[in-house]
Amino acid sequence: MSTPVANTADVTAARRIAGQVPDPELPMVTIGDLGILRAVTVDERRRLVVSLTPTYSGCPAMAEIFADVVGRLRRAGFAGVTVRTVLQPAWSSDWITAGGARKLRAAGIAPPARVTRHPAGQPIPLTLGLRRAAQCPRCGSTDTTVVSNFGATSCTALDRCRACLEPFEHVKEI
Amino acid sequence: MTTGGAPADDNPYHSLTQETDPDPRWAFGTGFSDPLAGVTGAVPDGVAGEDLAAYCLMLGDDALVFSHRLQEWMTRAPELEEEAALANVALDLLGQARLLLQRAGRADGSDRSEDDYAFDRREHEFRQVRLVEGADPDFGALVLRLLIFSTFRLAVLDRLRGSHDPVLSAIAGKAVPELTYHRDYAAAWVIRLGDGTPLSHRRMTEALATICPLVLQLFTAHPVETRLAAAGVAVDPAEVRAEVDSVLRTVFEAATLSAPVCQPLPGVVCRVGRSGVHTEAFGHLLAELQSVARAYPGATW
Repeated sequence: MSTPVANTADVTAARRIAGQVPDPELPMVTIGDLGILRAVTVDERRRLVVSLTPTYSGCPAMAEIFADVVGRLRRAGFAGVTVRTVLQPAWSSDWITAGGARKLRAAGIAPPARVTRHPAGQPIPLTLGLRRAAQCPRCGSTDTTVVSNFGATSCTALDRCRACLEPFEHVKEI
Repeated sequence: MTTGGAPADDNPYHSLTQETDPDPRWAFGTGFSDPLAGVTGAVPDGVAGEDLAAYCLMLGDDALVFSHRLQEWMTRAPELEEEAALANVALDLLGQARLLLQRAGRADGSDRSEDDYAFDRREHEFRQVRLVEGADPDFGALVLRLLIFSTFRLAVLDRLRGSHDPVLSAIAGKAVPELTYHRDYAAAWVIRLGDGTPLSHRRMTEALATICPLVLQLFTAHPVETRLAAAGVAVDPAEVRAEVDSVLRTVFEAATLSAPVCQPLPGVVCRVGRSGVHTEAFGHLLAELQSVARAYPGATW
């Protein structure tokens, strides 16, 4: 059963609802903040189509996000929503909005720096030694070190602040 | 249009407790959606669907089998940070495998799912390189295998971003940054252990001698790879040899390890992993990987 979407105001409303779905692993930010919500459109039969993109290939949260988007839209009166996976262009941490970065920092998670891309057509350089660490989200010090490039979830690394000695998570540049 | 039905809280579990529609999941994390939901992509012109499917299985099985080997290290890694790292690498590879196996089912028209390929195929129907099959005796041997595998896979998938198959190109585009992290991680450990204590150096030298016979065949193209490379869909693995050699040389030099001279592990009438001829270790791995699916065919949870 599907409900045709009448006008662009509906699409705007649907986009706002979908954009407010929290990330299951980083619930302080929404899929709108993270750039996981790619588009909300209507198809030729005027039904809603929500396009989502996974952060990592193995992101285990995608099924939950799909279900949450569909559930929230249904409760708002949008039935028969189609969810599409968009793989290209691949998600980048650069898509996290400024607001999303602020929310992450407020929750004690360092947001990612801008990603530097290697020139096309050249081999991807090997990075020996850990990358430069992020600014400590607790005390603001830049005297920090990377403990591990792999943290508790796919998208975070584990860093430590040498000034306040606290460990903190860091959303990886990808 | 009202938004009054939307939950006011931001509890990510909300939809799981409030759903009234049929939903196969009984808990968070259960139930697997199609990883290629809504992704459309016809087989490119001039390409046989069976070839494209076979190629997807090659790249997918490499990731699936090595992911399983990495998963075996859970609860056995030397430190918690390394366990988290190995789990992350395993999860990335499993995700890549899911996308590729799912694509295979669309490409050959059989509409088989990722689970059909992972759980219902027999040993000789798998297409991974033999490099990913062995169980490692210690952490050093594991990170060495990971270094060689991720260097090879990164070089292949980086080129595959230009594939004429839009789905393969997109899958490669997602995988490349993930593999870059995997390779950096493995390289750092190979250097620490190779250029470490006399004991760690000796173990890394032994590990290198053990794995060496499986490296050369990474660069030998299967006829499917050759055909699809000519059509601009696949990457001829021979093309990446110089880059892989160069990266490994850099790491081995820093690790004070010298690559041994060795004879490649022979195949059976020249057939190796890509043709379905595998090492003994793979049979044991597959028996475990498929045990639940074979004991309870078609079971869901």
